[in-house]
Amino acid sequence: MKVHEHQARDILSEAGVPVPEGAVATTVEEAVSAAQAVFAAGGPLVVIKAQVHAGGRGKAGFVKLVKTTDEAQEAANFMLSNRMVSPQTGAEGLEVKKLLVAEAVDIVKEYYLAVTHDRARRCEVLIASAEGGVEIEQVAEDNPDAILKHPIDPLRGLEGHEARTLAFKLGFQGKQVNQAAAIMSRLVKCFRERDCSLAEINPLVVTPSCENHPDGQVLAIDAKFNFDDNALFRQKAIAAMFDPTEEDPAEIRASEFGLSYVSLDGNIGCLVNGAGLAMGTMDIIALHGGMPANFLDVGGSATEEAVAEAFRIILSDNKVQGVLVNIFGGIMQCDKIARAIVAAAGEVGFGVPLVVRLEGTNVGAAREVLEAAKADIPNMQVATDLEDAAAKVCAAVA
Amino acid sequence: MAILIDGSTKVLCQGITGAAGAFHTKGCLDYGTNMVGGVTPGKGGQQDANGLPIFDTVTDAVEATGATASMLFVPPPFAADGILEAATAGVEVICAITEGIPVADMVRTREILDRDHPGVVLIGPNCPGVITPGKRVAGEGPDASFEGGCKIGIMPGYIHTHRTDTASGKAVGIVSRSGTLTYEAVWQCSDRGIGQSTCVGIGGDPVKGMNFIDCLERFEADPETDGVVMIGEIGGTDEVDAGRWAAQHMTKPVVGFIAGRTAPKGKRMGHAGAIIGGADDTADAKISALREAGLEVSDSPAGLGHAMAIALGLGAEAT
Repeated sequence: MKVHEHQARDILSEAGVPVPEGAVATTVEEAVSAAQAVFAAGGPLVVIKAQVHAGGRGKAGFVKLVKTTDEAQEAANFMLSNRMVSPQTGAEGLEVKKLLVAEAVDIVKEYYLAVTHDRARRCEVLIASAEGGVEIEQVAEDNPDAILKHPIDPLRGLEGHEARTLAFKLGFQGKQVNQAAAIMSRLVKCFRERDCSLAEINPLVVTPSCENHPDGQVLAIDAKFNFDDNALFRQKAIAAMFDPTEEDPAEIRASEFGLSYVSLDGNIGCLVNGAGLAMGTMDIIALHGGMPANFLDVGGSATEEAVAEAFRIILSDNKVQGVLVNIFGGIMQCDKIARAIVAAAGEVGFGVPLVVRLEGTNVGAAREVLEAAKADIPNMQVATDLEDAAAKVCAAVA
Repeated sequence: MAILIDGSTKVLCQGITGAAGAFHTKGCLDYGTNMVGGVTPGKGGQQDANGLPIFDTVTDAVEATGATASMLFVPPPFAADGILEAATAGVEVICAITEGIPVADMVRTREILDRDHPGVVLIGPNCPGVITPGKRVAGEGPDASFEGGCKIGIMPGYIHTHRTDTASGKAVGIVSRSGTLTYEAVWQCSDRGIGQSTCVGIGGDPVKGMNFIDCLERFEADPETDGVVMIGEIGGTDEVDAGRWAAQHMTKPVVGFIAGRTAPKGKRMGHAGAIIGGADDTADAKISALREAGLEVSDSPAGLGHAMAIALGLGAEAT
């Protein structure tokens, strides 16, 4: 699960990581008054950022630095009345409902800091670089030595001396060292306590020297958090931050029925049991020259109602010109799928070709159900195996 | 011979009174698995519908029955604890079927297993289980009955074939991250007269127990395994590591398939571990790495049985 930047800032702040003052605005007026508050407190510069999950905000004009309330009004008005289009949003773009209005601090140096899981080592890993503020993937490619990767002991966590050593390695100076080390320790602790799958601060910055902070201050400017969906049962506060408007409505509808669905660009709808077989089915469609319209794993223990919902979701996608059902019943009983096909045919009807391949548990009973309903579903073809199924559905939509 | 389990393995079910635990305990008994009891805290002293004894703790169950393997259906919030309980009680093979265990729990559990119970084999979580097929004694298809095998998990037993029930007399090991793709591979092999020694579903989670190499190592050493089908998918680099290992250590043919060539980057494809992060996690990168290592990789999930038959040198009638 993803959260918005302003929510990530709140999480960081609660974890004891310093972030610049900021406020969330849902109207132009709120944005202007939040900016006014920063100017009144002596802040010379304010940053206004659209709160959407998709990246590419800066280039799309949805992150703006402003010096006056007039500029704040103009920027807020633009972001709240235009849809944001970036390479990550698709052509139709995203509606912006919330803005983050924060003090823009002067920056001496930018760093990158993140915690994630290292699958190969089976532990958490702290990733840090003195080259922050940019795409870390690019740094990793151009200059891999500039990235420190510190595996974290699953039982002990990150020790204070480890964090300090990393801070020195990254080049922090004077009082910055303990500030940076504390931020690392707190980010790791937060990652573990909140069941994160990614906790990223980019950039982590050092501010210029001032009266109160002769060595400058270490602050988190932007943050990104992803959470382990499997752990949301024990992370109620995080689960409450879920914003359904950021997700594909069909994917949300599917998840409410325990289905795993991802919308794709092709024209062949797929209904499969098991994630691996669902991917394999997409792949074999592509091998036969077709394009899958979706990934859909009905799971092993789906009810007849959930399978019917799966058909509704697939058939409501107007890209779909043919449907392939591929079930290898283990826990899933094939006759349950067959009855759901018949029900879906009666309820919404298959206006497009349907190819069904069933194998495994209760396949005999399933074939009888389909045979009996044959006359009512003229668009249906029964396939003998996976290869045959892919060939038939691709031929039907060609 | 086979790997990990055989007809004499005594098996417990953790979570035997839950709907899934009860249903699959019956399925395993029907297949001929030597199920000796189950565990549900608070229900010790009772019996399940099949007359198997239920215990409060895994330690009690192991002491009373001598079980060495466990099939775990404990719900996700408590599953990691169930795995550690089994390991502490001396269970040697723990097969965790449960789907949806938090990654953090598995990171901690795997670390404790490695440190304190290095001899324990964990299969899964989020897997269909492990099966060493028995010999068919009666019936056909779904109505067939078997003896001498051991099925621990949720796979349909009848699709599997013991080597002595095949025309070729050959058997392969199967190791896979995906349940239903395993069934597909088993089906294609059985259909072409190729038996299976043992099939291991290692599961779709990013942090788990046994991995590809652990299985390849055992299959290479098993005299009754003639080749291996290895089924991977997008996410992580385990398949690439396994390919390199196989190139150096395997004398038996390995046939692979990697699912997810058409999967988009950054979208989780059902399994918690099936998500493309970097350039090395893609199906194409894995397929090229496996081919460079000299393994046979099938482009199509429907081509696994055919590729295995060729690799085993079976005649055209089997392909």
